[in-house]
Amino acid sequence: MRVNWRKIGGRVAHVTVLAVFTVLLAFPFFWMLIATFKQNLDMYKMDNNPFLFNLPPTMANLHLLFYETRYVRWLWNTALVGAIVVAITLLLAVPAAYALTRLTGRWGERLGILIFLTYLVPPTLLFIPLSRVVAILGLQDTIWSLVVVDPSFTVPFSIWLLMGFFKSIPKELEDAAMVDGLSRFGAFLKMVIPISTSGILTVVIFTFTLVTQEFVYALTFISPEANQMVGVGIPIFLVRGDVYYWSSLMAACLIASLPIALLYNTFLDRFIAGFTVGAVK
Amino acid sequence: MAVVEARNLTKIFKEGELGAVNNVNLATQEGEFMVFLGPSGSGKTTLLRMIAGLETPSSGEILIGGRVVNDLSPRERRIAMVFQSYALYPHLSVYDNIAFPLKAQKVPKAQHQQKVEWAANLLGLGRLLKRKPRELSGGERQRVALARAIVREPAVFLLDEPLSNLDAKLRASAREELENFHKQVGTTTIYVTHDQVEAMAMGDRVLVLHQGTVRQIGSPKEVYENPADTFVATFLGSPPMNLLEYSDVIVGFRPEGFLPADLVPGGKQVQFRYRIKYVEYLGAERVLYGNIEGGHLETKEIISRLSWNMPSGYEAGSVHDFAVAETDLRFFDRKTEKRCSAKPYPWQ
Amino acid sequence: MRAARIKSVGAAQSPLLGVAMFTPAVLYIALIIGGPFVLAILYAFSDARIGATSFHYAGMENFRSIIQSPSFHRALQNSIVFTVCAVVIVMISANMLALALQKPFLGRGLIRFLILLPFVAPVSLGSIGWKWILDSIYSVITWVLIQVHFCTPFNAPMWLGEPHLAMASVICVHCWRLIPFATVVLLAGSGAIPKEIPEAAAIDGAGFWRTFFQIRLPMMLPITLVAVLFSAVFTFTDMTVVYILTNGGPFDSTQTLPSLAFATGIEGGDLAAGAAISLFLVPVLVAAAYFMLRVASRAEVT
Repeated sequence: MRVNWRKIGGRVAHVTVLAVFTVLLAFPFFWMLIATFKQNLDMYKMDNNPFLFNLPPTMANLHLLFYETRYVRWLWNTALVGAIVVAITLLLAVPAAYALTRLTGRWGERLGILIFLTYLVPPTLLFIPLSRVVAILGLQDTIWSLVVVDPSFTVPFSIWLLMGFFKSIPKELEDAAMVDGLSRFGAFLKMVIPISTSGILTVVIFTFTLVTQEFVYALTFISPEANQMVGVGIPIFLVRGDVYYWSSLMAACLIASLPIALLYNTFLDRFIAGFTVGAVK
Repeated sequence: MAVVEARNLTKIFKEGELGAVNNVNLATQEGEFMVFLGPSGSGKTTLLRMIAGLETPSSGEILIGGRVVNDLSPRERRIAMVFQSYALYPHLSVYDNIAFPLKAQKVPKAQHQQKVEWAANLLGLGRLLKRKPRELSGGERQRVALARAIVREPAVFLLDEPLSNLDAKLRASAREELENFHKQVGTTTIYVTHDQVEAMAMGDRVLVLHQGTVRQIGSPKEVYENPADTFVATFLGSPPMNLLEYSDVIVGFRPEGFLPADLVPGGKQVQFRYRIKYVEYLGAERVLYGNIEGGHLETKEIISRLSWNMPSGYEAGSVHDFAVAETDLRFFDRKTEKRCSAKPYPWQ
Repeated sequence: MRAARIKSVGAAQSPLLGVAMFTPAVLYIALIIGGPFVLAILYAFSDARIGATSFHYAGMENFRSIIQSPSFHRALQNSIVFTVCAVVIVMISANMLALALQKPFLGRGLIRFLILLPFVAPVSLGSIGWKWILDSIYSVITWVLIQVHFCTPFNAPMWLGEPHLAMASVICVHCWRLIPFATVVLLAGSGAIPKEIPEAAAIDGAGFWRTFFQIRLPMMLPITLVAVLFSAVFTFTDMTVVYILTNGGPFDSTQTLPSLAFATGIEGGDLAAGAAISLFLVPVLVAAAYFMLRVASRAEVT
């Protein structure tokens, strides 16, 4: 067998690309993991090799995080807001997506695309007027401001995701249900929704993760530490004066990021299907 | 012109299981149109892809034009391939599709136009050069695929079921075009199909594959009239050959040879009492389905084909004397299912 | 008779029910997005401030002062530069990664998970991680550079403190976040290329690079455009990375339009000026929307 240099070169390039990018992309999280368990004396010594535990690993940082800061409260706030926004999003998006897919024909499609385009209107454009709206409604500094505002970016995207999903359900199923005696809406409730559980689950996951990722609105609308979300609380409040408690900060980031990452990862393909707007056939 | 050869060619996809291709030996003749025929899963496409260089053999050798090409990449083998889906480049015009191999092989630009126009005219594509593939019909796409294949003047053509994506009406005319094309150009061609009618109509020789092994190689006449085993016997010919099993022998005879006793041409013949169950009227012929009376043969369905000009009167429910000429009987060993010489059979 | 009835039931589009079902969503979106959008425009032409109970028409005053302000020019320039640089780096990297991840191999699932982390973790948290990695004194990068004698502890690079390094750092963090996203989008797109096409190219005599540039890239153009558009919008409209890494500093050198809008409008209290600055995002968004519509309609045609 001849030695195939081309093949070997290709293999080497392949492995190199994967190794370099994996390291570059995943490194910060690995770093967070190490910093979480490092003693302060170890962290802040210039001469120490940062990759090693020069002093034994400690749980002190985690202790500080959970018992001496409002971290747990922020996690709770975020989870609460997330859950409520998920409910609101489902209530708004599921019927809307169904209607636009099945009940309104051509111009329904167009309206669906327009709704998706509103996703392109960023929080950094709307946050100033919304801050006034929130103040006028008396929701300033409460988590309810986010409950009201966050669906503005979860609903358009969810509608788009669900439209793609509903399109893949054969029409004959609903027709059969209606011949069997259900009304149009009845077919929707009793036939379509039960078989759409995976699509709905995807919307739940992504809505929840979108809420946890949100930064601008939470920063703008909420000042008191106790009511803040975890994404804003960590960078703003885990700082005592000018001092950054880096180890606890890293721990906080890691703990908040990983579950979201795991959730996202499971449903990534659906997410991308939503983004690609049917450009992929 | 070149000869394609395979020596003890094997491809195993999963360790410990039967290979997709098992110990295949073949050799084409210059300029011939050879058909790889077999049901799906028989390994015919895998065999073709190994010849093309798209799959690596697990063992064995492939030779093109007398030299071993196992280590050569597809582009070094001087072959051209037409895929089942035609694989036309959707973003390129017909002209650019045909010109692509010339560009890739670094043929001097000055020659491009002349060669592309030659290939296009050969296939009647003159008016379509500026169109994109999505604007073409199925038959036109096949022609573009052929033009792209021929423009490099390859040593061998490989065609992977190119007619199966066309609808039935189009298939006949596309088949005729392919046959004419081969007559004009004369390049050695290997054609893969599961359709035995295509194989018989187009092939100079047919290679019948089943479960990765070659069952028979021969002209259409040879594989039809003298099948090497029961698989070949029943795969070729529609409706398939009637097979009757005995103690250690299987006796076969084709439906068109199983006729009313007075219509069987002279010479020694074997007679049966035939009860007709139902009749299919197909215009040019009638197909009778029924059973032979007497003994343990009654459970097997036996088929007969009567051409249109044979007398009527053979209706469902009736019983007649039917017969087969002795020379039309084929014998197969019951254990190996392979063809064997005439053996004594019970009703003699 | 029955068959005909089924057909008519399916064909009756029930537009009334449809309208009833999507009206809540459309109403909500119109209120929470459309309303504030109009309000933003109103503010931009007013003198609204935080704490003031009313505001008055102020004409083009805000725009005049913004356009004359050097920080605005800086922010506009940065927004464009950051976006262009990030998109270029992201698309080149994502193409490489998508190629590498195409065919299955042992451990591909794990690598995919690791590679996706930057995009799925919340923006702010990833940015803080980087802030620690880029710390002026304790940066691990600096430590490595010291070990290979590239610099000494005394002239260590101020990753977030020196203007050009800070800009590069911000761009890098954006790239770090978006490469996973673009890679997955491109993977989805390349999965749609029938596998016979690269095989046909191989048989036609095309090598790796020719197949990549003349066959694969053109066929992936729509999906590539989607990745480019979203990456551009994500970078252009983001204020989180800048806010956390540098807060616009040092000396406004990393300020972008969104972060400047925040600093002016919320921290500075000048709602009107903040709104006016953020309106400069609109042209880019309109362009992005236009191209997205083009891609969507082309996908319908084919």
